[in-house]
Amino acid sequence: MASAPIPGTPVFTSEFAMKGYALNKMCFSLNSAANRAAFLADEDAYCDKFGMSGEQKDAIRSRSVAALIAAGGNVYYLAKFAGIFHLNVQDLGAQQTGVSVEAFKAKLNEYARFNADVNAGRLSNV
Amino acid sequence: MSKIMGSVATSHIPGIGNAIAKNLQQDPYWKPFFDGFIPAREWLAKNVPDVAVVVYNDHGLNFFLDKMPTFAIGAAHVYTSEDEGWGIPTVAPLAGNAALSWAIIDGVVRDEFDVTTCQEMLVDHAVTIPLQLLWPEGPPPVQIVPVAVNTVQHPLPSPARCLKFGQSIGRAIEAYAPDLKVLVISSGGLSHQLEGERAGFINPQFDALCLNALINEPEKLTGYTTLEIVELAGSQGAEILNWITGRGIMQGKSREVLRNYHIPISNTASALQILEQV
Repeated sequence: MASAPIPGTPVFTSEFAMKGYALNKMCFSLNSAANRAAFLADEDAYCDKFGMSGEQKDAIRSRSVAALIAAGGNVYYLAKFAGIFHLNVQDLGAQQTGVSVEAFKAKLNEYARFNADVNAGRLSNV
Repeated sequence: MSKIMGSVATSHIPGIGNAIAKNLQQDPYWKPFFDGFIPAREWLAKNVPDVAVVVYNDHGLNFFLDKMPTFAIGAAHVYTSEDEGWGIPTVAPLAGNAALSWAIIDGVVRDEFDVTTCQEMLVDHAVTIPLQLLWPEGPPPVQIVPVAVNTVQHPLPSPARCLKFGQSIGRAIEAYAPDLKVLVISSGGLSHQLEGERAGFINPQFDALCLNALINEPEKLTGYTTLEIVELAGSQGAEILNWITGRGIMQGKSREVLRNYHIPISNTASALQILEQV
């Protein structure tokens, strides 16, 4: 894409769609309870079935969202991997932004001060 | 002839499904969100639809990257939900209206929108959560036509394309001979971003612009590129494309009946907006 990158914002372009295909396919397979059990029983063997790269397997072992995204992971599929460990999107956000989960939630809560204005139809000057 | 009565646009955050399953509607965190649906259900009691056309994005239940349609329309008699991997309960099978689906498909293809047609289609939380919010007592008393928009793999369809696609769907509905009352459900958003160092990004100013523009000036949103939408609304805020498509389905002018914007629900600026076609 010709446009300038958006700071702090990975965009799931064709480059990542190709690079991450095996990783995302493994994550997609985790929709099935039987596959989740197979993953938990031997995750390296399970990942090998999908032809994942060394970088992708390392990223899975590291549980690092940033590494998984860099390896081509898409967050919609990674959510299924995170779900195995009962991690929600605040946990993922805290990990990626280098703050505690409480601090991440506090940052989200700060936006609540805008609720009344948006509900009243104000604030629409971007 | 069939008639479009209005649209309900709502966020579909997965946590809502878990909150419903755990009966947390009165919990202080969830109450401001769920309370918005009390007047929505009152409106629905007075404006009873036969069919709901649900515009949404699939999150890796029916579609994977092996085959990723830009626009897909369900043409099934029954739609089922399945395990999404992270614990949301499934819902009872949902009735489709295949005849209306095919009338819409005929119309949009005639208008040069070459959609993927799905006689089997699993529907994920983006379809089931809005239906549960509007009809919490049980299976929704409507048939559905799911319309899936790719908001996952770039290039995404542009806002301008989504608005025109919606308008084409709307024309097909209003040209459909049976006297059906059709509700549009637009699912997703508003601003949020799950990944990257900007995870947790929310943009109330842009959300306000969208909510105001969607009432009667949706063309204000059609000048943006999809990457500009990602920058302004966050990566997953691109789900506003579902709302723009849904607004396109509504023909002509609309009146805002209800708005409930509430931050935060999970990582998201949640929103509920009901528009009545006038």
